[in-house]
Amino acid sequence: MYFVVKALMEIFDVFLLETVLNGLLFGGVLALLALGLNLVFGVIDVVWICYAELMMIGMYAVYFLYTVHHVPLLIAFVIGIAIVAFAGVVLHQFVIRPVLASEPINQLLVTGGVLFFLQAAATLAFGVQFRNLGLALPGVTIGEIMLPQSRIYAAGTALVAMLGLALFLKKTYLGIAIRAISQDRAIMPLMGVNPSRIYLITSAIGGGLAGLAACLLVLQYDVHPAIGLTFGPITFLVCVLGGLGNMLGGFIAAFIFAQLISIGGFFFHIEWGYVMAFVFFIVMMFIRPQGLLGKKR
Amino acid sequence: MNRPAWIAVAVFALLPVAGIGNYYLHLAITVLLWSFIYTSWSIMGRFGLVSFGHGAFLGIGAYVTTMLWNHYGVTPWLGIPLAILLSVVVAVLIGYPCFRFRITGHYFALVTLALTEVVRLIIVALRDATGGSLGVTPTIALAGGESFSLVAIQFARKEVFFYIALAFWLFGLYVWRHIDRSMMRYAMEAISQEEDASESVGINVTRAKLLITMVSAALTALGGALYGQYQQYINPDTVSGVALSLQIVFAVIAGGMFTQLGPTVGAVFTLLLAEGLRVALGHEVHGLDSTIYGLMLVLFIIYMPNGILGKILDVRARRGGAATAIKA
Amino acid sequence: MLELKSVSAGYGSFQALFDVSLKVTAGEAVAVIGPNGAGKTTLLRVISKLMEVTAGEVSMEGVSLNTVPSHRVIELGIAHVPENRRLFPRLTVEENLRIGAYPQTARARYGERLEFVYSLFPRMQERRDQLAGTLSGGEQQMCAIGRGLMSGPKLLLLDEPSAGLAPVIVQQVFGLVQKIRAEGYTVLIVEQNIQQVLKVVERAYLLEVGRIKASGKSADLLASDEIRRAYIGL
Repeated sequence: MYFVVKALMEIFDVFLLETVLNGLLFGGVLALLALGLNLVFGVIDVVWICYAELMMIGMYAVYFLYTVHHVPLLIAFVIGIAIVAFAGVVLHQFVIRPVLASEPINQLLVTGGVLFFLQAAATLAFGVQFRNLGLALPGVTIGEIMLPQSRIYAAGTALVAMLGLALFLKKTYLGIAIRAISQDRAIMPLMGVNPSRIYLITSAIGGGLAGLAACLLVLQYDVHPAIGLTFGPITFLVCVLGGLGNMLGGFIAAFIFAQLISIGGFFFHIEWGYVMAFVFFIVMMFIRPQGLLGKKR
Repeated sequence: MNRPAWIAVAVFALLPVAGIGNYYLHLAITVLLWSFIYTSWSIMGRFGLVSFGHGAFLGIGAYVTTMLWNHYGVTPWLGIPLAILLSVVVAVLIGYPCFRFRITGHYFALVTLALTEVVRLIIVALRDATGGSLGVTPTIALAGGESFSLVAIQFARKEVFFYIALAFWLFGLYVWRHIDRSMMRYAMEAISQEEDASESVGINVTRAKLLITMVSAALTALGGALYGQYQQYINPDTVSGVALSLQIVFAVIAGGMFTQLGPTVGAVFTLLLAEGLRVALGHEVHGLDSTIYGLMLVLFIIYMPNGILGKILDVRARRGGAATAIKA
Repeated sequence: MLELKSVSAGYGSFQALFDVSLKVTAGEAVAVIGPNGAGKTTLLRVISKLMEVTAGEVSMEGVSLNTVPSHRVIELGIAHVPENRRLFPRLTVEENLRIGAYPQTARARYGERLEFVYSLFPRMQERRDQLAGTLSGGEQQMCAIGRGLMSGPKLLLLDEPSAGLAPVIVQQVFGLVQKIRAEGYTVLIVEQNIQQVLKVVERAYLLEVGRIKASGKSADLLASDEIRRAYIGL
């Protein structure tokens, strides 16, 4: 890997190369974020507009556990993941369940309310200031290129988590049931499957994945009440672009998005990078509404 | 609207004359402006075209008008129509492919969400012209002791804006009613239930949806422009973006998406809630109003999906009240 | 094995079953026949607890189903193959069969159950990795029945297996039912296609507008004038 990069450095402008590599790693971050949402939105067809706010809860949890209560980092991670998993279950049980039978737009609206609520509650509880773990993780330096270690971890975790999730969904009874429930909820009891239980379990896993993303994000980003607005929309777009429910598709879409943002930000302002990514999404929706790896609806 | 309603409006219109003071005038104007904007959104929303992108149109309305005035001295009399035109163009650019390819429901909502973020990001990215996240103020045209500038559509006295806002609010209600009474309304309701069946009875689904979208976008842009002219300060987060779009949706849901006055009730409710909390608790308790909003939105969707007004009408109808048509 | 005692059930204010009583003993094949809207599907849904009874009792091997939640009915040995097949279209054939073996007791014997179903329906083995939504109508019916068999049930409920299928396929489907009977399964079939179904079952009940109007051996029913006039068009 080291030598490949060195060789590439001979050929390309080193800054551009760094941008591309950083883009790859940012893709890992987005991919990790998208996993949980893809499971909940893509597989069981429940809309959590407040997904990124759940992640925010995880970030705050890890932050306070680590900086204020001096809990060892990895233990803080585990607790953080558990907290968000629990939040997912609570969200489903009290907010989603009552509207599950009505039009899907109601789920979007009701979790929109949760989004407001969580953002505002975080503001009330923690204030608007940006908080940082204060961990200056060293970067990995290859020649003149610096790659943040935290992003490498995130990308690696994303890969492992994606493979794990894909295997779980494909090979286990629970995984197959989770995939089945969005295709025909009504007959699940005939198979001996309790639909409520499946929704709760999936909500827990989805929340847990959001928590996992939170752990890795808090290493490199400051947490603040509006952080959901930064990552939320883009996570949705990544899921839909990749093809809802398709883990690999989400992975690929995340990398495409990240590259667009990275390169756009390199040549112009960072906002243009995001604009490029979002416009790409809109155009792709027209060309291929089912997403890159999605099946025709 | 019926007779009692007109009387109420007339009384309301006399308030500035009765001398209610600048603070209350400001509240009234804000409520009227946002009611107009929310009503414009609900023209689409009531037919199932839930857009999270109206922040885009609002932003275009406000920024295009202000930018043309600030940088090129183009009077808002020209600037506003141009802004509206641009909004409509954007609405068609996004709407046509969406409707043609039958992108509906939450996919449609996500595309519109992407749109509003694009507009917000562009506004921020063009920071040299727009002032970025810090926002911008329309260049003041009122020099010395002038109290108004017709060319700039700026007025020192709030009373003038009150009547402008009142007029546009009524205009919005008029458009709502006009659509409600037209064949378009039935076409759209059919479409919102079953698109393919509608197509088969001769309704041009794409065209119908596009028309409604264009009207909604145009009115929203107009509202945005008016807002800019009145507030004399706009920034990308208050006139565009996801948070704004959510705010619009929440207010309309709270008030009632399917009735003419529902969005207005929503505006009154949310704005008074925010003001009330601000007055009662002061600025220190940052975010309490949104916390309550959020909680209420959740409760509203679960228990009162037709909104406050919808619920009231529902209860009245069930008690054998006047034959008010409500949507289930 | 299965017994319904004076069962009534309905949807809100609409009552679909009135005081229905019937029995199925182990090893039998019994049909419930009747026209559209008679309440046949409701009957099966009441048995598999997708619906609650408003009066009466359903019991399986003496155990009352009144307090059993719908997802535990399969543990009592009742497998319901729903109307219109209802396969999971975006799961493969094998995944559909697999989920049929979801209950813990069935999982232990998954391997042998799968082999058994494939031996009964070799076409399913050929198409094991194909998405169920892409199968033909007859193949879907095969898969749906196979899925029902995966849990190793004592009683198989078949809801209108011939619905929406071409006549040639209908023959095949009833041939399958006979194959299953030959394996010793107890079957309760609900059907509109009276002629075909009466050939594969020993007894039948006639359900009309929510009530049992007649019952008896297949041969007798086939010969009865009433039935012939009303349903077979003779």
